[in-house]
Amino acid sequence: MAGTLIYAEVQKGEIKKGAFEIASKAKEFGGDVAACVIGKGAEALAPQLAKYGADKIYVVDGPEFENYVPEAFVQAFVQVAQTVQPSIILTSASAQGKDFTPAVAARLNVGAISDCVGVAKEGDKVIAKRPMYAGKAYAQVEALGNPQVISIRPNALGAKEVAGAGAVEKVAVNLDASKIKATVKSVEVAATTEPDQTEAEIIVSGGRGMKGPENFGMLEDLAKLFGPTATTGASRAAVDAGWRGHSYQVGQTGKTVSPNLYVACGISGAIQHMAGMGTSKVIVAINKDAEAPIFTKADYGVVDDLFNVVPALIDEIKKIKG
Amino acid sequence: MNTVVCLKQVPDTETLIKIAGTTIATDGIKWVISSFDEFAVEEAIKQKEKMGGGKVTIVSLGPDRAIESVRTALAMGADDAVHINDGAYYDKADPYATAQALAAAVKGLTYDAVFLGKQAIDDDASQVPAMVGDLLGLPVVTQVIKFEPAADKKSATVTREIEGGQMVLDVPLPAVFSAQKGLNEPRYASLPGIMKAKKKPVDVKNAGALGVTAGPMTVIKEMSLPPARQAGKIIAGDDAKAKAAALAKALHEEVKII
Repeated sequence: MAGTLIYAEVQKGEIKKGAFEIASKAKEFGGDVAACVIGKGAEALAPQLAKYGADKIYVVDGPEFENYVPEAFVQAFVQVAQTVQPSIILTSASAQGKDFTPAVAARLNVGAISDCVGVAKEGDKVIAKRPMYAGKAYAQVEALGNPQVISIRPNALGAKEVAGAGAVEKVAVNLDASKIKATVKSVEVAATTEPDQTEAEIIVSGGRGMKGPENFGMLEDLAKLFGPTATTGASRAAVDAGWRGHSYQVGQTGKTVSPNLYVACGISGAIQHMAGMGTSKVIVAINKDAEAPIFTKADYGVVDDLFNVVPALIDEIKKIKG
Repeated sequence: MNTVVCLKQVPDTETLIKIAGTTIATDGIKWVISSFDEFAVEEAIKQKEKMGGGKVTIVSLGPDRAIESVRTALAMGADDAVHINDGAYYDKADPYATAQALAAAVKGLTYDAVFLGKQAIDDDASQVPAMVGDLLGLPVVTQVIKFEPAADKKSATVTREIEGGQMVLDVPLPAVFSAQKGLNEPRYASLPGIMKAKKKPVDVKNAGALGVTAGPMTVIKEMSLPPARQAGKIIAGDDAKAKAAALAKALHEEVKII
């Protein structure tokens, strides 16, 4: 087959949106689109992929796939890939995808192009666009190996509904248990419904100007008002001060994000921070220092004390929402 | 406990990136150890101290200048190093080629664990740790924020960051680990450390001497800068409340997000 195989990631019993994004992109490439979905209970979810262009859906289901452990998932996926013989493999550059994709590429003895924000097919070749230096530069990259393994940043492409043949086949994989050496002792996932910063559509972020961990509550309140696709973030200064966990950090040594709206509260806008959020569609900056560099990049700037602005903004949004 | 740390020298995060062909202009750049690799170096030294002995070996692929970052790691407390000094190989190296060279160098060493940063902060690929592990035939745990080896050094209990939470795993050693922020606080090199580092052994080899023949599997065709962002408007108003009202109105009517 000369088509595309996508990896459909399952999390909390659902296929992640990123899988639909890469499936519909694969359909645009032309050729057959095969999907591989791995997880406990994956069989019931598989038909959803047909709505986004999957012609054939390979299901690897079983209790041993309840938690993501790279070796088992990589072995299962590689077995499906050996059956499908795709010329292109697309994965999502989610937290799991960043672990999974290079391991798959290594097992197939090819390279990978990771965390791409655009892909175009030119003949048999895929040219992928990816940020480097946390978004301070972009590279157009071509894969020389076969298959071409490419991971796509979540939210970068958008999912388009397009019908695929959707034939579901359950695959019994033979795992080499001697290679599966890591054993999961426990998994702790916060009972939050907030999306990860890299996948959020709205981020309300706080920096040094927040003055302390106790003040982030109002940013959480503001994010909640924006709805379930919103979450909170933080600058490196706030994280290094211990006010927020490092998983909240946006910037060059944290997460690179690209939401529809980024609200920066008390963030001066260091080059490392701007690199990490510079591709946000709309940037709002609230800072009492009119000279803060963030105002040179913000679409809307409010020069005032955030401790007065944010509570007032919460009230005003509540009024609008009625 | 014997460990190997793979580190990459990268431009400091303050660097304003300029494009030169299919790479970046290197004039005026301050070169440093990639931030996540600093966590890897610190963890290796910390574990050596905690476990009462052993050796920390640095492995780095890079041109002549990379030796400065190797010496910095030695000054922090690493014991010796392999510098794969091969400008021609390095210039074309993608994550695949980098992993081939690093794995070839690591193969000849004795170790209980290999530490790397979860990604280099120049190309941001996040691929090398998994690829090195695969080439060495070892288990890999990425995004590690806590590392606790057993007293017999036969296994380790590690905590890795996953989306929205954490996962705790038991892994037999040797194994490959990629460091995430939160693992530790990297130390600064002390003055006596810097003096001692000058005398620590560094084995300099090129890729050919390591028997590495694999070339890159990806190639950069073009580089560009993101479109410059223009300053927008400063919201006017008599006080914070009025400004907040105007901002809410703009988010509602112009951005249409509320």
